[in-house]
Amino acid sequence: MLLIHCPYCETERPELEFVCRGEAHIARPQDPSSQTDEEWMQFLYLRENPKGLYAERWRHIHGCGRFFNAIRDTISDKFVRVYKTGEPRPDMEALAREFQA
Amino acid sequence: MSQKFRTDKGGRIDRDRPVAFSFDGERLEGYEGDTLASALIANGIHLVGRSFKYHRPRGILTAGSEEPNALVGVYRNGDQTPNLRATQVEIYEGLQSISQNRFPSLDFDVGAINDWLSPLFPAGFYYKTFMWPRAFWDRVYEPIIRAAAGLGKPPTSPDHDYYANTYAHCDVLIVGSGPAGLAAAIAAAETGARIILCDEQAEFGGTLLSETAGSIDGKTPSDWADDTIERLRAMDNVTLLPRTTAFGYFAQNFVALAERVTDHISEPDPNLPRERLWQVRAKEVVIAAGSIERPLVFPENDRPGIMNADAARTYLNRYGAKVGQKVLVATASDTAWQAAFDLADAGTEIVAIADLRKDVPEALRSIAAARGIRVETACSVTGTSGRKRVASAMLGRISDSGGVTSAGEVSCDALLMSGGWTPTVSLYSQSRGKVVWDAEAGAFLPGKHVQNERSAGSSRGLYGLNEVLADGYAAGEEAAKAATGKSAKVAYSVASGAEAGCGGTLGMVPHDRDASRVKAFVDYQNDVTAKDVKLAVREGMHSIEHIKRYTTTGMATDQGRLSNMNALAIASDALGKPLPEVGLTTFRQPFTPTTFGTFAGPSRGDHFDPVRKTPSHEWVVDHDGVFEDVGQWKRAWYFPKAGEDMHAAVARECKAVREKLGLFDGSTLGKIEVVGKDAAEFLERMYTNPWKKLGVGKCRYGLMLNEAGFVIDDGVVGRLAEDRFHVTTTTGGAAHVFATMEDYLQTEWPDLDVWITSTTEQYAVAAVQGPLAREAIAPFVEGIDLSADAFPHMSVATGTFCGVPCRLFRISFTGEIGFEINVPRRHGEMVWKTLAHEVEKLGGCVYGTETMHVLRAEKGYVIVGQETDGTVTPDDLGMNWAIGKKKHDFVGKRGLQRPDLVADGRKQLVGLLTKDAKSVLEEGAQVTKSPSPAAGTPADGHVTSSYFSPVMGRPIALALVKDGRNLMGQTLHVPMPEGAISVEVTDPVFLDPKGERLNG
Repeated sequence: MLLIHCPYCETERPELEFVCRGEAHIARPQDPSSQTDEEWMQFLYLRENPKGLYAERWRHIHGCGRFFNAIRDTISDKFVRVYKTGEPRPDMEALAREFQA
Repeated sequence: MSQKFRTDKGGRIDRDRPVAFSFDGERLEGYEGDTLASALIANGIHLVGRSFKYHRPRGILTAGSEEPNALVGVYRNGDQTPNLRATQVEIYEGLQSISQNRFPSLDFDVGAINDWLSPLFPAGFYYKTFMWPRAFWDRVYEPIIRAAAGLGKPPTSPDHDYYANTYAHCDVLIVGSGPAGLAAAIAAAETGARIILCDEQAEFGGTLLSETAGSIDGKTPSDWADDTIERLRAMDNVTLLPRTTAFGYFAQNFVALAERVTDHISEPDPNLPRERLWQVRAKEVVIAAGSIERPLVFPENDRPGIMNADAARTYLNRYGAKVGQKVLVATASDTAWQAAFDLADAGTEIVAIADLRKDVPEALRSIAAARGIRVETACSVTGTSGRKRVASAMLGRISDSGGVTSAGEVSCDALLMSGGWTPTVSLYSQSRGKVVWDAEAGAFLPGKHVQNERSAGSSRGLYGLNEVLADGYAAGEEAAKAATGKSAKVAYSVASGAEAGCGGTLGMVPHDRDASRVKAFVDYQNDVTAKDVKLAVREGMHSIEHIKRYTTTGMATDQGRLSNMNALAIASDALGKPLPEVGLTTFRQPFTPTTFGTFAGPSRGDHFDPVRKTPSHEWVVDHDGVFEDVGQWKRAWYFPKAGEDMHAAVARECKAVREKLGLFDGSTLGKIEVVGKDAAEFLERMYTNPWKKLGVGKCRYGLMLNEAGFVIDDGVVGRLAEDRFHVTTTTGGAAHVFATMEDYLQTEWPDLDVWITSTTEQYAVAAVQGPLAREAIAPFVEGIDLSADAFPHMSVATGTFCGVPCRLFRISFTGEIGFEINVPRRHGEMVWKTLAHEVEKLGGCVYGTETMHVLRAEKGYVIVGQETDGTVTPDDLGMNWAIGKKKHDFVGKRGLQRPDLVADGRKQLVGLLTKDAKSVLEEGAQVTKSPSPAAGTPADGHVTSSYFSPVMGRPIALALVKDGRNLMGQTLHVPMPEGAISVEVTDPVFLDPKGERLNG
């Protein structure tokens, strides 16, 4: 079982307290009705599935209840960074250099 | 005389405490401290089982958890636990054990004919032989194979033991308590670090307990072990866990341990669990798992009496049990010589030491000479005889060119073998570390560290007592330093006299026999021979992973700890590739077989899943209501009176509601309090409906979509104040709707001033429905004008009910006048009882979910999850009226415009009436245009709900049918095995289409 650091609780808690809610940084368009079918299909269904670092939404559902973002390495299953909702995506290439050296 | 193979003295058994036990019904005696294996050996019993495939007689091969042959069943509380390793079963007074995989008896086993038929069963024979005819596999081949193969029989009664589960954190977890583990434990513990030391055996000490050569700090190794354990036991920061197997190494130094708590006790405290699962989070782990001896792969190397040399030494020195009277030792390594010397000193005749190597250390030769032991070098065993016990062995002399010539036959009643040592890298491998080949050690050793662990001692290929001890101390110090930053000065104990042995071999030993005919076993438990491995290579299996699966080598309960290296060497030879290039299969959890009970722990029976009960639960039980499970909820299904079946009870309940009134427990509905300045705006975005103009004191039916445009939930929402809404959801959707709302609030619209709170369990909900509903509740309501004008359909108000605060909704899921009374949960039972009494007084009744379903279907009200399946739009349901046309945006609005969702020919909700007015359709049944569609014809739809309607006196059904609204009045068909049922397509509202009954 993984230990996950919640950036709001500022503590490491077992994976059981969390749920993963898929890829992060997919914002709902401001005006969905102006989206083309192609754009809306992308928003609804198309996701990255990288081998390596991946930004995901997680929720500390059995703790503070907050959503946050996490960078997880899909090869090692290790969390390399967690950050609060609304904060920018970290520099993935720099992280990759740091953690996959 | 019993125990005739027991030594006169020595060992760690308690000779003052004899223990009576039985094996296959024979009453035997051992001593406290014996394992079942050591006690059997002390009684001269080696034949303990029959092999998996060929039913060959098998004996005890090892003294540890890697034992492949001596698998037994042990009776306890009237049932038996199969497949326990006799080497790990501790005997106690009255223990009953049985051998396995034999019929009618271990001595005479009809299945042994397989051994003579073995040319028919080469590797992969299942795949080759039972291909045709296909239908024979399920009915003929598989049952016969299953009956003939296999080991123990599973117990037939439910597990009568219970299992515990505990979590622990520590600075350093040390796995294994041999010399390296004990040294590591002392070194780490002295720093003050919190440590856990676990060992799969009953006693701590590992090989120290059977080591007689040499000394540590002037003490015998076993005395030193005892003293060290006493030191550790006295320290507060040390947890000692004997009989505890570290069976799984998971991410972030999470290690699972299985502690066997009571299996070794004759009459255990009933308050103790049988086993306990420890889930340990360790800052650092020291793997001191040791190494195990490899068998030699020579022809007929599996007869009872043939065992690993170090196992024989353990039985002698630790348990005082001699493995035989005339013993041949066949080896390729130094360590087996010590077993020969110890046995000779105990009075056993060593008929010869046959060493594969040409050159052996002179020191060993001279000790052997001093004892008068015949020594043969460059000598291999080329075959053995003896059906139920080895009786003799053929020796072969290996020439410099590798040829083998006979060196005669020696008679013996035990044959000890040693092919050298294999470090136990299982846990390291489980930690996701990759082993690396070490040519000098002739072994795969731990490589780079992926987690915070280190291996110590012989598990990383170090041998020699002093070197192993020193390595253990260093590992303990480093681990404690890494975990806590602290270090301490620890005096290293020094060992002398027990030098590192050397030597070893891998794979098939040379022999002069016909290689295509002899059976030289590589994997004893799965009956895999050297020629099977070669055959697999010949048949194209070039990856070790394929060879493993084709031959099943290494798939035994020890995961190939005994067999892998030999199999690999044979494959490497057959492939003509260097051994490291062939690779090693991955070791996975669990290290040894682990009971399901350990994993399940207390999560069984009533504790398997939480049960959610409504406030009326006890009342329903008292009134013989029948429950159904709805998720974790127990909901009252129907209330049969004497002599009624479900059909009759539901008919009575339905009629009561339509004619008078009924009472229903709606407490399971999800409830969410949505509060804040932007509450209406928030609902506007979450639901398809408009909310901003909904007046305070009014309710509205809300429909929730996902972004794709599909219906995911529905419910009535009441506005209690400008900034406060009482939202209800489906029973099953409550958690998901709440989570979805939180998601949007936190991540998409954090600017909205809205707070949402789940209040599902805060309110008890009693629904009173029927023409007399108002009369029933009126006496108890204060502060609310219930008249039809003041409180019409779709109203909400707060007041009191029976004197307790209530939120009263005028809503209906039956089509009748309806009220839903929400009171604080703690008053729910009182309100329920009051209403149940009142409703009956007025000639109504209490009804359950089945009646609720029938009543709503009569009205064509959908249930999300029954009429919908995640691909249904509001328009499909005929519910476009629920969409706020003027709204700029809501979740799902854009989705609804997607091409497929606006295309013609979608399935639409309709009613279906069977033409015979008798047949009740099956829910889920397909709807077609033709009564007998050709195979492969796609269905035009399916039945979503179907009931007999007592009020209408006929069956009704709802269905999703392609283009359904254009098919009104037409005839379709529902093909069933007995023939198609003709149905007429109708409007989904069967009763009171104008809704007049709602408004009384």
